[in-house]
Amino acid sequence: MRAVISVVGKDQVGILAKVANKCLEFDVNIEDVSQTILQDMFTMIMIVKWTTSQEDFVAFSEHMQNYGKEYNLSIHVMHEDIFNAMHLI
Amino acid sequence: MINNNKILETINMIEAENLDIRTITMGISLLDCADSDIDKSCEKIYQKVTTKAKDLVKVGVDISKEYGIPIINKRISVTPISILHSVSKGDPVKYAHALQRCADTLGIDFIGGYSALVQKGYSGSDEEFIKSIPRALKETSNVCSSVNIGSTRAGINMNAVKLMGEVIVEAAKITKDNNCLGAAKLVVFCNAVEDNPFMAGAFHGVGEADTVIHVGVSGPGVVCSAVRSADKNLPINEIADIIKKMSFKITRMGQLVGQEASKRLNVPFGIVDLSLAPTPAIGDSVAYILEAMGLDECGGPGTTACLALLNDAVKKGGVTASSSVGGLSGAFIPVSEDAGMISAARSGCLTLEKLEAMTAVCSVGLDMIVVSKDTTATTISGIIADEAAIGMVNSKTTAVRIIPAFGKNDDEDLDFGGLLGISPIMKVNNTSCATLINRGGNIPAPLQSLKN
Repeated sequence: MRAVISVVGKDQVGILAKVANKCLEFDVNIEDVSQTILQDMFTMIMIVKWTTSQEDFVAFSEHMQNYGKEYNLSIHVMHEDIFNAMHLI
Repeated sequence: MINNNKILETINMIEAENLDIRTITMGISLLDCADSDIDKSCEKIYQKVTTKAKDLVKVGVDISKEYGIPIINKRISVTPISILHSVSKGDPVKYAHALQRCADTLGIDFIGGYSALVQKGYSGSDEEFIKSIPRALKETSNVCSSVNIGSTRAGINMNAVKLMGEVIVEAAKITKDNNCLGAAKLVVFCNAVEDNPFMAGAFHGVGEADTVIHVGVSGPGVVCSAVRSADKNLPINEIADIIKKMSFKITRMGQLVGQEASKRLNVPFGIVDLSLAPTPAIGDSVAYILEAMGLDECGGPGTTACLALLNDAVKKGGVTASSSVGGLSGAFIPVSEDAGMISAARSGCLTLEKLEAMTAVCSVGLDMIVVSKDTTATTISGIIADEAAIGMVNSKTTAVRIIPAFGKNDDEDLDFGGLLGISPIMKVNNTSCATLINRGGNIPAPLQSLKN
């Protein structure tokens, strides 16, 4: 299954590296990354592929949210289906 | 794949605009639990509900985490208990305790169905059952109750209207140490729907399948911010289009969650109820949507027109987004649960009479309205009869959830806390209608009922 990791927060050194390292740690494959900086605000959208269990995914999602808080970043990991349902017919 | 703006739009809806799935409600039929021995019947209920819904909370939490969308409540609706009580007789409150035991074991938020359907008359032990409602609500905490006293096909059962006025007063009075919460868990319906996932009026209709999953989506905040960001000079029909688009997106999300829950629980998917259900949280208000359309304050002239447009646009946007839309679907206008309504009621701009007019065009009725402890039972019955008449003639669901504020002076607020919110005491026209209410009998079904 695929998921979307979104990262929003004040720009700082190493955001991409931090998130990418976590993906490695949890065995999550990064398929696409895009990022922009608007008025000092960093926004990154990462499309990742997930191959292990649903429980692990939930654990990863919770871990990332808490990890983001440590660095004042808002990190969300969400199943891609939610976006497809809302925005694609 | 979706572009980044759409991804951020969804995240913003959830984070900043309080978009959520209000409830996943499992409807469970208890018809096969009926027994002439009330204790056996209660035990069968406990066994069936706790078996069928054993994974409900877990699945709700899992989906919520996986999809990143908050699912606020996990609830259960059951067959109207009055039907089972007619078979077993005995103290009906035993059933309420059985339902409470189910709620405690499962960890769900509410269980609805301590209900009776008496639109054309009492059958079996309905009257005794209805009289037990105040005690049942006092002695339990998660059980909700509803009574259907009228319908377009049957007319209005005025004997039940009279009784419900007394029951509401009693329910509030005996729970006055707990903010009169008893009356907040009790709804009187006309044209009650059988697949409603929202409390306090949810019950599992006898025509429904054995077990089903319903989903109630909410999102006044999302609609409000979309309307607010629209140009002030935009014609009102274009505002309707904006609301339809938002409603479509919200409903698609509800459909996804409902289907996923249905799959994981191995229970057929019932309906998506696409109601705009406000919460006291700032920005999660239906009144603010009406104000964003161009009113200075909710309750003033133009309010009913705005609400009619909103209610209709929500349905139009939602119906094509789901395989099965049902329940109450539309806009709720509970006073104590809506920050904008609370402030309009406090300023005096929103009155009970205006609310009554609004209920003719919204999805339900007079909801979460706090009135003085001195309001008589017959006056409350009169309010119920008026509201039921609107529902009966317009072939729509109407409801009354009114709370006489025992233990409070008329200048004080009644604070329920949580999703039920806080409300000032609203003024009631106390001109007596006792003679009408004491007549009893039935208001015959209107001409609209003769459709065959």
